[in-house]
Amino acid sequence: MHSNKLGWLLLAPTLLVLFFFGVLPFIYVVYVSFHQWNPFAVNPDMVFNWAENYRRVVFDAQFLASLGVTAAFVFFAVISELILGYLLAQAFMKDFPGKAIFRTIHTLPLIMAPIIVGSIWKLMTTPSIGIIPNLLDSWFGYNLNIGQSAIAAFITTVVMDIWHWTPLVTLTLIAALVSLPPDPFEQAQIDGAGKRQIFWHITLPMIRPAILATVFIRLMDALRTVDEVLMLTGGGPGSATRYVGVHIFKEVFPRTNYGYGSAISVIVLYLTIVVCWLLYVFLIAPRNKKG
Amino acid sequence: MRKNRPWLYVLFWILISFLTLFPIYWLFVISVKPAVDLFSTPDILLKSFYWQNYIDVLNDRTLRGYMVNSLVISSGNALLCTTLGFLACYALSRFDMGGKESIFFWTITNRMAPPAVFLLPLFLLMTQVYKVGDFTLLDTRIGMILVYCTFNLPFAIWTLRPTVDGIPKELDEAAYVDGASAWKVITEVVFPLARPGLAVTLILTWVFAWNEYLLAATLTNFNARTLTTGLSEYVTTTGTEWGIMAAISVFTLIPALIVFGMVQKHIVAGLTFGAVKG
Repeated sequence: MHSNKLGWLLLAPTLLVLFFFGVLPFIYVVYVSFHQWNPFAVNPDMVFNWAENYRRVVFDAQFLASLGVTAAFVFFAVISELILGYLLAQAFMKDFPGKAIFRTIHTLPLIMAPIIVGSIWKLMTTPSIGIIPNLLDSWFGYNLNIGQSAIAAFITTVVMDIWHWTPLVTLTLIAALVSLPPDPFEQAQIDGAGKRQIFWHITLPMIRPAILATVFIRLMDALRTVDEVLMLTGGGPGSATRYVGVHIFKEVFPRTNYGYGSAISVIVLYLTIVVCWLLYVFLIAPRNKKG
Repeated sequence: MRKNRPWLYVLFWILISFLTLFPIYWLFVISVKPAVDLFSTPDILLKSFYWQNYIDVLNDRTLRGYMVNSLVISSGNALLCTTLGFLACYALSRFDMGGKESIFFWTITNRMAPPAVFLLPLFLLMTQVYKVGDFTLLDTRIGMILVYCTFNLPFAIWTLRPTVDGIPKELDEAAYVDGASAWKVITEVVFPLARPGLAVTLILTWVFAWNEYLLAATLTNFNARTLTTGLSEYVTTTGTEWGIMAAISVFTLIPALIVFGMVQKHIVAGLTFGAVKG
């Protein structure tokens, strides 16, 4: 009906903005990643050093450890958010008094700034002055110290992420659940299917696109978490919560290691894109075409 | 069984709401305590209110300026991203351009970039490349509006795509047959139908921009500084002023709350992020 020219015209502003603020900075990062550059060192000049930074990254134990903890963080956070979000979305499917109010309350964490969420959780968990260690100590005699125990710090960051982002999952899944047609469910009940069977054979396949889309956005955002964790634990104790976003931040800012930081970023961005692309191409896109 | 027991759900949700609200309540508790009280053993219940932190924040002219900056930047960015995203989605949905699906995926890769390392290139580009005479984009509101597009514009496109895809093509075609221009079709046929999706996109991008910290902290000095960066100014070498920080946080929360409250009704219908319903 119209030539594709109009389509490109409509797309042009988007492409322009993303080119100047996304692509050009990226090209610059790639350029810097092939250099030895620390503007505040004795020799502040950029020195071309081939792929030396990349060679270092591959053998950098701290970076590899950071990838490991990031994977664990993303895995536990996203899986918990998905299960919890689904259960909560289901609990919203019934009618009960005050539903709208409860739903509003449940979405509150979503609108909070990561930096504020990080501060709140830091205030709540700081040993001796925080409320959570105090309660845990007086109720269970458990001594929570996120400044010393690696596992406690890790779990706290996961819990914080669950608190902050489960509402998003709940909302997306409510959107999927309310749009389901009632017929297959009624039919299944007439045929005498149990609850479990209905879940596995009807509900799950039908909300699969929504689940995958949610996993996609949560995965992507969890991988680039910085503010919250930086505020809460600063990546510590040791490097227990030094997730890649935090690792890059610490490499670039306090140490002003731009060349090396850039190389890590290029690799992390590449890995993120590959993981998300695989998820998209094999699981999300084909479904959308059929639907 | 379940139908007869709505109070069980109410009980369940009261419990969940308590867990959801507790950290926010705690933020408030900290904001109404004098600094000395923070270092004693904490009490769950509030016994007295100390409003000085709020008075300090309200009297701070700089912070009021930051608030205005935050409002202008997040509103400008949300409007820009929603508009551009809507036009882009219309193009991606209705035209048969080569490689459009690759472009669609490519847009979201801009959101995946680790923010910390893009600060330096953005800083350099904004001070040395994107300038007209003496005017540079650094520390300007328009600069921040454009920078925030890197993460908000892809999000807008991905949130709006299912909405636009879901509007039947036959409607556009009928309008074209009647002699309407493309602009008229977009603004008078597609736009009204896409409204719930657009509202949700607008609000979510607004909230993301309002809450952003890392980019604002590096790319602004004073003129365009936002409220979230104002927070970090209270983390000083002489110790963190948690009470004031908490009070600012409460102020940061209120506008987001109001804006979000406005679309509560639409939020479920519009939240589809790349998924086709049913």
